[in-house]
Amino acid sequence: MIFLIQQTLLYAVPLMIVALAGCFSERSGIINLALEGIMIFGAFVGVLFVREMQGNEVYTAAKAAGDWVTLQGLELLAMLVAAIMGAVFSLLLSFASINLRADQTIGGTALNLLAPALVLFFIRIIANQNTLQMATGGAGSWFMLKKSTFGVDKATEWGFLKEVLLNKAYLATYVCILLFIILSIILYKTKFGLRLRSCGENPQAADSLGINVYRMRYAGTTISGALAGMGGFVYALTTANCSSNGDVAGFGFLALAVMIFGNWKPLNIAMASLLFGLFKCIAAAYTSIDINGDGIYALAELGISSHLYRMLPYIITLLVLAFTSKSSRAPKAEGIPYEKGQR
Amino acid sequence: MKENRLRTLYEKEGTKKVLASLLSIIIGLFVGSIIVAIVGFSKADMGGKSVWDGIRLIFAGLFSTGRDASGVLTWGFNPTSFGNMLFRATPLVMTGLSVAVAFKTGLFNIGAPGQYLMGTMVTLMLALGIPSEVVHPVLIWFIAFIGGMLAGAIWGAIPGLVKAYLNINEVLACIMTNWIAANVVTWLFDISNFKNVTENTKASEIYKTTFNGVATSKMGLDQLFPGSQVNGGIIVAIILAIIVFIIMNKTTLGYQLKACGSNRHCARYAGIKDKRNIVLSMAISGALAAAGGSLYYLSGNTEFYWSTYQSLPAEGFNGIAVALLATNNPIAVIFTAIFMSMLDIAGLQLTNLTAYNEYITDVIIAAIVYLSAFSLVIRMWLDGRKKRGGTENAKPADAAKTDDDDADAEASVEASEPEIATEGGEQA
Repeated sequence: MIFLIQQTLLYAVPLMIVALAGCFSERSGIINLALEGIMIFGAFVGVLFVREMQGNEVYTAAKAAGDWVTLQGLELLAMLVAAIMGAVFSLLLSFASINLRADQTIGGTALNLLAPALVLFFIRIIANQNTLQMATGGAGSWFMLKKSTFGVDKATEWGFLKEVLLNKAYLATYVCILLFIILSIILYKTKFGLRLRSCGENPQAADSLGINVYRMRYAGTTISGALAGMGGFVYALTTANCSSNGDVAGFGFLALAVMIFGNWKPLNIAMASLLFGLFKCIAAAYTSIDINGDGIYALAELGISSHLYRMLPYIITLLVLAFTSKSSRAPKAEGIPYEKGQR
Repeated sequence: MKENRLRTLYEKEGTKKVLASLLSIIIGLFVGSIIVAIVGFSKADMGGKSVWDGIRLIFAGLFSTGRDASGVLTWGFNPTSFGNMLFRATPLVMTGLSVAVAFKTGLFNIGAPGQYLMGTMVTLMLALGIPSEVVHPVLIWFIAFIGGMLAGAIWGAIPGLVKAYLNINEVLACIMTNWIAANVVTWLFDISNFKNVTENTKASEIYKTTFNGVATSKMGLDQLFPGSQVNGGIIVAIILAIIVFIIMNKTTLGYQLKACGSNRHCARYAGIKDKRNIVLSMAISGALAAAGGSLYYLSGNTEFYWSTYQSLPAEGFNGIAVALLATNNPIAVIFTAIFMSMLDIAGLQLTNLTAYNEYITDVIIAAIVYLSAFSLVIRMWLDGRKKRGGTENAKPADAAKTDDDDADAEASVEASEPEIATEGGEQA
């Protein structure tokens, strides 16, 4: 049970933060199909940063001394770097779709093609193979929070809650949840958020009230890029042992589906991503899931092919979209380039 | 007098499209060169000479014949590269056509990789499953080819159906069907007995179709380009491109499909069944993409890596670049597909001969797609005047490139054929 909750959380949190990224961009009126590409890029940048920093003596010393605060600092720093580079990468999309009024779908696709190509090109040159890993050790030994991190013996029994939240967990997960809450409040309870949303609904009206639509849309896509970049790194850190191989297995697209399923609303997005996280987790680890702790791996004993479990998230996305499409309400002006003076 | 004719040629919409595409290609190649230069100069063990080699290979990798004894790059006509270029262009022509047809009808078929995979799977299963002692291999070839196309059509129709009847964004539906297809293909091959067990090192691959005696006829092309993998598939692809061109431009069906693409509601008002046409257009697209997979693997000299659930075939995504660069003109697709596979060959040469790798090709392709996203702006810039209303066409919700009506599509064929052909030559 503990394992199931933790694994679900590991998958759900990147999905949630990237879906919120999509939400920010679409609410400002720009379809961000490039989420996948930005995630790939963010994952690469974050892993590269960690890899380079591992050589720094501050961190080697911290690792040797078991100073976990400094190591968590490195993790947060890598998240920040991934976010910044994700934002920079997303500027390509905003420039094309806001200034040049290009087709946003094609622009996003271009970024989705560009990211893995660039990333693999550099990974090959840096590491001479197709996967970029940490220089030494792995995410588990460097960044994971464990009982030993808090100076507690492995054998001691923690309560259920503590066991779920603090044992074998990552700080990044909680930072993402916190960010999700803060950004949702910004989107709904501040002047800035209201203005941003108005640009996705009726940019002409927003413009007539003195809101700079271009700037708002830039803000939307840039926040979106930063979140997606960070989400990409968090995904790489928690589920891929802090390695990057130019692929996030369609997570960015899944996040888009989550966003649509969540009807472009943060709370619904959080719920939807938990659901999808659960399915992803089942797909990834169904053989070792022991739901009620009686030592019987029920899902593995059903004898259903692993391929079916892997397909499940995508099939369910399609079905869910089929059932919810009637009630879904996209921002009205999304995908339409804004032009001053156009009626 | 002559200047006047040049002027009218320049004024033509088709010429501008070709110029815009050429500009995208050139900028794309320069982006690749710049990255090569940055990497080369920033790494101590690479330096100026390797940068110069890399850039030359990006532009003219097709004509590279390797290095001589003193390590200098040698150049000349390389029949193997030429043949392989045509061979690799075959699936790209088909996926390019697939994306182009969907674009013309206002849909963005990003599902080409999935349709390609389904086509590949059904083709391989039929080609290997029907015993060649009972049925003549040529007949098996046709059954496998048609079967593959049908599978692609069905797979392509799924996003079409959900788009038409449930109003789900086809981009999202296509992406989901892509991953479902990747898993289905892995699953079915996993439980099949087509896995290559006779050759030790190739357990993760499917038998070549020649295992069952089925292969596309070479049609004499192997004489022309000795040592390469080329076969009749490219000719089949070109014929299909011409058929698509005729269907789209000369028949009622094509007109109806395009009318739906331009304005779905207006088409319905005119008595065209819009929902049926959306499904049909996606089915045609799917069949075309699947034909690409069929032709590629029916060649009999490539193995299919079946455990594909983690990655989608690049041919499908590159079809988007091929179609955009060809401004969705079926005939121009042939040339842009050959251009793309030329980049592929250049990438391979880059991997073989320098410290760089083939992924630079994908960077160039991505840059070209990025530039085609605002080709409209480039065309306006070529026009030399600011047309404010011009961007109204760029509403992606309905259609990506709705400004191609009959007349200028034909004009662009006339213009694009010689232009792109000479572009290939200039690269030398």
